[in-house]
Amino acid sequence: MSDETRLRYVLRLADTSLVLGQRLAEWVGHAPALEEDLGLANTSLDLIGQTRFLLTYAGEIEGRGRSEDDLAYLRDQAEFLNLALVEQPNGDFGQTIVRQMLVDAFQLKLYDALQSSTDRRLAEIAAKALKETRYHFRYSANWVIRLGDGTEESHARVQAALDSLWRFTREFFTADEVDEAMARKQVGPSLAQLQPGWSARVDEVLHEAGLKRPADAPYPWHGKRGQHSEHLGYLLAEMQSLHRAHPGASW
Amino acid sequence: MNENQEWPLFEVFIRSRQGLAHKHAGSIHAADASMAIEHARDVYTRRQEGVSIWVVRSSEVTASDPADAEALFEPARDKIYRHPTFYEIPDEVKNL
Repeated sequence: MSDETRLRYVLRLADTSLVLGQRLAEWVGHAPALEEDLGLANTSLDLIGQTRFLLTYAGEIEGRGRSEDDLAYLRDQAEFLNLALVEQPNGDFGQTIVRQMLVDAFQLKLYDALQSSTDRRLAEIAAKALKETRYHFRYSANWVIRLGDGTEESHARVQAALDSLWRFTREFFTADEVDEAMARKQVGPSLAQLQPGWSARVDEVLHEAGLKRPADAPYPWHGKRGQHSEHLGYLLAEMQSLHRAHPGASW
Repeated sequence: MNENQEWPLFEVFIRSRQGLAHKHAGSIHAADASMAIEHARDVYTRRQEGVSIWVVRSSEVTASDPADAEALFEPARDKIYRHPTFYEIPDEVKNL
């Protein structure tokens, strides 16, 4: 199947999980408590696990014999198609957890819808990922509530994180020709239809946390079209350096 | 959170399979019981160790005094008839 559109669609899913997983891995050894260190690492590993299935599938669609590792380690920044939100820096724990909650709520809706994809392979990957994502959301939403409803300082920090990250969520629901083509073939959901459910989920969390939902604003980077903020290059450099210096290195 | 004020300690009990009893797995710090469940999940069930988790504040556990060991445990030593070693256990019985 020579299907450039489908390839791009699967790469967007894969790269979003991969870059977010890599970001969370940066916390290992640095989280505020040992228990959170493990929690963030678990989520990171779940995301990288999803990535492996998705990139392997992407390699098959492409049909040029590229493996998951080739796709993860040997593509350059402009070839990465992740949502721009997930490449944003970790900041403090509050910023990491706000970013996580926003993405988890989106992946919940997305994977739920993808379970009924006409693409059997995607449907199977989504069904497995959905179970993991339910826990990710529970973890991140609980933390947003605790911090938002916590001390004056924790409240101020997560509100600031929310204010600075909110505009990136617009990209979740802005469909381009790839999303539209996939929706027509019923491979993927209509993004506009996912938005109300996502919005309600997020509002619930923000309400309980006592946080104010920021106004929608234009977003500057179109990650899923390969136009990234300045942060992705550093992340890729760290993630890819070992493989590029020692091609095919393994444990 | 006040920096001097650490999260309280919780004892974690994991049931590894249906039908088995919960076993003490270790302890974790958490702000409250629901966070303790999540921490226990992340710390102690990473390798599919469990199907159920109990957590209890460590401060709620009352322990026996090591000094009382003689009074508590010594009397059982010479009562071997209390051990279930006088009959054979069928192979089909597991987890006894």
